[in-house]
Amino acid sequence: MSRPRLRLPISALDRKLLRDLWDIKEQALAIAAVIACGVATFVMSLTTLRSLELTRATYYDRYRFADVFAMVKRAPQSLVAQIAEIPGVSIVETRVVRDVTLDVPGLNEPAVARLVSIPESREPALNSVYLRKGRYLAPGHGDEVLCSEGFANKHGYEPGDKLTAVINGRKKLLKIVGIALSPEFIYTIRSGDVIPDDKRFAVLWMGREPVEAAFDMDGAFNDVCLGLMPGANAAEVIRRLDRLTDRYGGLGAYARADQVSDKFLANELQQLRGMAMLAPTIFLSVAAFLLNVVLGRIIGTQREQIAALKAFGYTNVNVGVHYLKLVLCLTLVGVAIGCVFGVWLGRNLTELYTTFYHFPVLHFDLGPDIIALGVLVSAGAAVFGTLGAVRKAVVLPPAEAMRPEPPATYRRTLIERLGLVRLLSPSARMILRHLERQPVKSAMSSLGIALAVGVLILGSFSLDSINYMMDINFNVAQRHDLSVTFVEPHAASTLHELEHLPGVMLAEPFRSVPIRVRAGNRSRRVALVGLESHSRLQRLIDDQVKAVPLPQHGLVLGSSLAERLGVRTGDRVRIEVLEGQRVVRDVPIVALVNEFVGSGVYMELRALNRLLREGTTVSGGYLMADSRQVEKLYWKLKRTPGVAAVTVNEAAVRNFQDTIAENMLRMRFFNVMFAVVIACGVVYNSARIALAERARELASLRVLGFTRAEISTILLGELAVLTLAAIPLGLLIGRLLAVFVIASVDTELFRLPLIINASTYGTAVMVVVIAALVSGLIVRRKLDHLDLVAVLKTRD
Amino acid sequence: MSEVESPAATAPLSTAPLSTYETSAAVIAGREAAFEARGLTKIYHMGEVDVQALRGIDLALYEGEFVVLLGPSGSGKSTLLNILGGLDIPTAGSVRYHHHDLTAAGESALTRYRREHVGFVFQFYNLIPSLTAEENVALVTEISTSPMRPDEALRLVGLGERLHHFPAQLSGGEQQRVAIARAVAKRPSVLLCDEPTGALDVRTGIVVLEAIERINRDLGTTTVVITHNASIADMADRVISLSDGRISGVKHNTTKKSPHELEW
Repeated sequence: MSRPRLRLPISALDRKLLRDLWDIKEQALAIAAVIACGVATFVMSLTTLRSLELTRATYYDRYRFADVFAMVKRAPQSLVAQIAEIPGVSIVETRVVRDVTLDVPGLNEPAVARLVSIPESREPALNSVYLRKGRYLAPGHGDEVLCSEGFANKHGYEPGDKLTAVINGRKKLLKIVGIALSPEFIYTIRSGDVIPDDKRFAVLWMGREPVEAAFDMDGAFNDVCLGLMPGANAAEVIRRLDRLTDRYGGLGAYARADQVSDKFLANELQQLRGMAMLAPTIFLSVAAFLLNVVLGRIIGTQREQIAALKAFGYTNVNVGVHYLKLVLCLTLVGVAIGCVFGVWLGRNLTELYTTFYHFPVLHFDLGPDIIALGVLVSAGAAVFGTLGAVRKAVVLPPAEAMRPEPPATYRRTLIERLGLVRLLSPSARMILRHLERQPVKSAMSSLGIALAVGVLILGSFSLDSINYMMDINFNVAQRHDLSVTFVEPHAASTLHELEHLPGVMLAEPFRSVPIRVRAGNRSRRVALVGLESHSRLQRLIDDQVKAVPLPQHGLVLGSSLAERLGVRTGDRVRIEVLEGQRVVRDVPIVALVNEFVGSGVYMELRALNRLLREGTTVSGGYLMADSRQVEKLYWKLKRTPGVAAVTVNEAAVRNFQDTIAENMLRMRFFNVMFAVVIACGVVYNSARIALAERARELASLRVLGFTRAEISTILLGELAVLTLAAIPLGLLIGRLLAVFVIASVDTELFRLPLIINASTYGTAVMVVVIAALVSGLIVRRKLDHLDLVAVLKTRD
Repeated sequence: MSEVESPAATAPLSTAPLSTYETSAAVIAGREAAFEARGLTKIYHMGEVDVQALRGIDLALYEGEFVVLLGPSGSGKSTLLNILGGLDIPTAGSVRYHHHDLTAAGESALTRYRREHVGFVFQFYNLIPSLTAEENVALVTEISTSPMRPDEALRLVGLGERLHHFPAQLSGGEQQRVAIARAVAKRPSVLLCDEPTGALDVRTGIVVLEAIERINRDLGTTTVVITHNASIADMADRVISLSDGRISGVKHNTTKKSPHELEW
């Protein structure tokens, strides 16, 4: 039994440390793995967070992302001078922005493009474009466009390729000359969508002149962006801009923080920040606990060595530092693994981000400061966790330490004291008394295993929530196959034309107007949608997922919007219509409905028409179509002049499944790994400690005639009790973590319902139980090799 | 060949003049007192009972002297040794090592005292199992000012060939000799041994005792050996018997036996 002879220029005490560490290598590795997970999630989220924040800031700055945005119906270019005079405004850039339909070969359903005008002879003063490929527009070539990168990538478009669009009812062949990105469309999402759909939504930048010409907007604009001076009062600028644009059909100006792409990105960063806190906290707490248990055990068995060291003149500080060094060595191993693992995870996450967020460049660069911070945080947690155990070694009086630890005191367990002693076999009594003797340690072990269950639920539940949301959204609420929006509102009779399109089985009208809804000093810009009272294709649902028929009068609000406005059923809110006659009216809220996407405000169609002081007018229709004829229907719709946009629900669902589901599975894989590390770390260490503490006792039992199976039962029974106790606790923790995550994604853009399927709970429990079983069996093998004579000879 | 003095315990504790037996001890040793203890009392609180380990000990130990503390278990000899070694402090009474007052010394002063002056040998060796013989000795030499080389100390106890063995690879006697090498490697002025042969058979015990005797003789280290084995007492300059926390007898050996002459 010759051990590796270390000949390093280190002190004898440090040599002891390294060998002690080597002796507990399996346990040390299990703990280092938990630390590594903590450091990995820390490094991953913080580095990604920082690189996203830095990239965003640079991108916004260099490509002059606007500070204030506003849409109007049509305003004369002469208004620019007045806007520029608003105090605090430094740059004014006007544009013509419209949605158009694209006919993409190989794509049945129509795609939508946001057509954004840009100056042909110069770069835009605000919201400039980054050219990935090709060139900028050439003046005088009215058919040239720059195409957004996501869309181009999905369809393999290169500069020089052609694209067919229906612009203001006229079919036009466009030539892509460049592939571009813009800070305005980092998250390229169409309003009302849950996630970006790069296949069916494009941004096309086109010269101002041809766009003006196509939409009869000569010398006019319908979109204005402002750059503000440093320190300008954005709220005041917005107020003044609204006053100026009011008579030109202004839809209400908003600040950068309310811009869709920025908002999604900001929300993502917020979640990442939460992740950077939550995940490392879970892992490092578990690691701190495990270190405490293991170091406590080491110090317990080394009492006599500690005494000898002190007798030789080693100070209390020397002894304390010695054990802290042991902890720190182990921690550093974990940190090193964690950094490597974190970089790998971070690269994965960054790659994931680049599929949803379009930046010119997004690098994952691990900085030394983040590594240093990781070391500091994990070392801090490790030292904090082991301070109690180290303190025991420090305060141990040297004379006291010469005597072995006094025998542990046991008592009858609660169950026995309750008089149920006959229910318990002697083995069961041993198990329970042992657990009850160290209630804190037992509880913490259970808590550790419970956290593993929780982490699994945390990592898996979002798919349940999203699936539920999609199911409710597309199978219960929006039961139409597609929705068609007209360029301009039409008389209700237009609906008949939709009804007669090929394959259409049912068509229902809707009216949609932009409004500002006000309650006290809170307000939101939203779309007020008029529906038929008993709409079958677009239903409103309540908390119990029951369809709510629209009352003949009054407003129906989505509950999240109501929450944000601080209103309830029965309250009155002020509606300011932002188009047409710009009606202002106080309307009572008659019902609240449950919505996951957007901030909906609804009214019965006829009532809305009356409110707008118009005849029966519709903005578009919801269609139910025969799936066998949809291709024909799409073909027809793509060529219908009055149609501004077509949204196909089935495509949205497909897009969702293609992108989110795949990424969720990848995340789930990591989460299972994390949970297994925690569960194995806790169970394996608990088992090893239990084995070390009780080897003598178990060997004695063997000598007395107990079988291997019987002593295994005593040792593993303890772990089984801890694991079983952990399961309900873990389910609860998982649910609480899920609530926390749900709350962090509850934005005005969309929110997730808290749905955790039984199968998610079941899988979490199963994974942890298997991890516990495997850990238990590894330790059991050690038990089989218990050297009875040697164990009994050792002085306890 | 030996004379028994009146036990110190028979004199009133507080007023007992040190000179009654100290004088004659000094004549025999002919050297300066290394330790001087007066009225040493130690009470342990073990849960709800108080255990009085020492009940007033007056004592002087001299430079270079080989003293055996003899007594049955529970007589207080380990407690006394711990107090002399600065591992413990008395509940009452005083103890000095040269100019160091060990009673009033704080934790760090006691640690420095142990580091600079005392070598310990324990009944169960207390070697660090994860360190080789040489490394166990190095553990002490690394924190001393003018130590021997670890291999030198091990040669002194006849273990020059076993430097790289781990404790588990050594016999009990070898382990105890490593412990002795570890204790003397720093050239301590005091060597305190708690039942050094307690866990050993006769032959091994004699080898260990020879090593201790050699240290005492060749290095002039004041040596105190605790034992309950009366035969070992014959190799001492002076034998102090303890029972029930008191000194029950002091015996001067006019001729010391060498360890291999001992019989038990």
